[in-house]
Amino acid sequence: MERIYLDNAATTRVRPEAAEAALRAMTEIYGNASSVHAFGREAKKALEKARAQVAALIGAKKEEIYFTAGGSEADNWALKGAAHALCGKGRHIVTTAVEHHAVLHTCKALEKEGFEVTYLPVDEYGRVTAEQVEKALRPDTILVSVMAANNEVGTLEPIAEIGAVCRAHNVLFHTDAVQAVGHVALDVGAMPIDLLSLSGHKFYAPKGAGALYIRTGVRIQNLIEGGAQERGRRAGTENLPAIAAMGEAAACIAAEMEEENARLTRLRDKLISGLLSRIPETRLNGHPTQRLPGNVNVSIRYIEGEALLLSLDMAGIAASSGSACTSGSLDPSHVLLAMGLPHEIAHGSLRLTLGRETTEEEIDRVLEELPRIAQRLRAMSPLYDDSRR
Amino acid sequence: MYSEKVMDHFTNPRNVGEIADASGVGTVGNAKCGDIMRIYLKIENGIIEDVKFKTFGCGAAIATSSMATEMVKGKSIEEAMQLTNKAVAEALDGLPPVKMHCSLLAEQALKEALEDYFTKNGLPLPEGFTKPDAEHEEAPEEL
Repeated sequence: MERIYLDNAATTRVRPEAAEAALRAMTEIYGNASSVHAFGREAKKALEKARAQVAALIGAKKEEIYFTAGGSEADNWALKGAAHALCGKGRHIVTTAVEHHAVLHTCKALEKEGFEVTYLPVDEYGRVTAEQVEKALRPDTILVSVMAANNEVGTLEPIAEIGAVCRAHNVLFHTDAVQAVGHVALDVGAMPIDLLSLSGHKFYAPKGAGALYIRTGVRIQNLIEGGAQERGRRAGTENLPAIAAMGEAAACIAAEMEEENARLTRLRDKLISGLLSRIPETRLNGHPTQRLPGNVNVSIRYIEGEALLLSLDMAGIAASSGSACTSGSLDPSHVLLAMGLPHEIAHGSLRLTLGRETTEEEIDRVLEELPRIAQRLRAMSPLYDDSRR
Repeated sequence: MYSEKVMDHFTNPRNVGEIADASGVGTVGNAKCGDIMRIYLKIENGIIEDVKFKTFGCGAAIATSSMATEMVKGKSIEEAMQLTNKAVAEALDGLPPVKMHCSLLAEQALKEALEDYFTKNGLPLPEGFTKPDAEHEEAPEEL
């Protein structure tokens, strides 16, 4: 049985170009980029090439890209770094209820330090508006953080408008763009974004490398102190294999984004409409059009998400769910609850995320298997019986 | 994460269904928490002649329902009353700590069904009949 990987929002398969760059950085260009000798100089050159490639992907200048160990570090650094740099000016932060935990839990940590955080509610699609952000701003607001695309439901947030509001009020704007970079066109040169987090393994690079974009002139405090790497702003010997791979992956995806997004959007919409028509009482979670090209998130009523995932796994299909049973807590996904879904429908959520290797045949097989699985689980569900009475 | 036995009972659950003229029915859990179990008993001459279940829940919830029904089928009421969540979990070669809650639900659903049988037949609850309170209890740490 051919396995089908539809969990590309969790992580992606490293593409050959990136793997080759990583291997080369491990076996040939293995010097420390801070060293004076030829080995070090070669490593430094590879590092700066990757920086230019990542910068080009988001329309940044090369010197505005600071490599980190991943998206979570970039989020932590942006929020804590900005809060600590600006706490003399104010102690209020605005974010949303649907952020990734890397942002939400960092906000919780800042609250313990005495910062105040406003968590904006979202609409039924998981969207906030620039007006909501503007209304939440106070004289002591120092930072706004709104994700570019939601990791669970794929909804795109209006970050250009939100950034414009922040700019008009002279408040720093950070966006967690971990799910968006490489999958939707972003241009920080043209958009009023001050800080942006990204992660390589979401666009076919290995785990362990990400970056924080810091707009020229924006000062935030360091998160990791030590050596003078990353121009003194992020210490630690650079993870060149992962960074060089991220650079290659960035260059590749930038070149193919338009064509690939059109392909993915078509497959995504085929999967969504197929599931909604073949499985009664199923709903799409997230925005129907303002969503990531590869994200499908549906709730299948009367079925619990983990049971769905196990059944799909046995059919060779890898997916994920916002059910409590898969999160290790008693509550289902905070994103789905914030969108107003009742608990029992949130428990039955299923996320299928497509990627560059996803084929139409795979989508067809999911459309064959999933209705069968849903039917089997519903036949076991007392909720389904009760709904028929 | 799950034992082979759990996966077996999840994939091929025993005794799924309903009993139209059940002697006792027990429903526990709630959709908000993500699991509901309903157990139907057919009792004749103090023996559980047939048992069926329906479950909305995760893999462990379905597997523990299946195992619990298998363990009491053909047994006397007295024997069925002795069934514990621990015994169900052990019969499944163990459950992850966070899923012990599911086995407690299975025990509770069975005992609710037995209580329903006693009530319907005007019988006093036997001495020593207790039900766990799965909905408000924290899952035990380890098996």
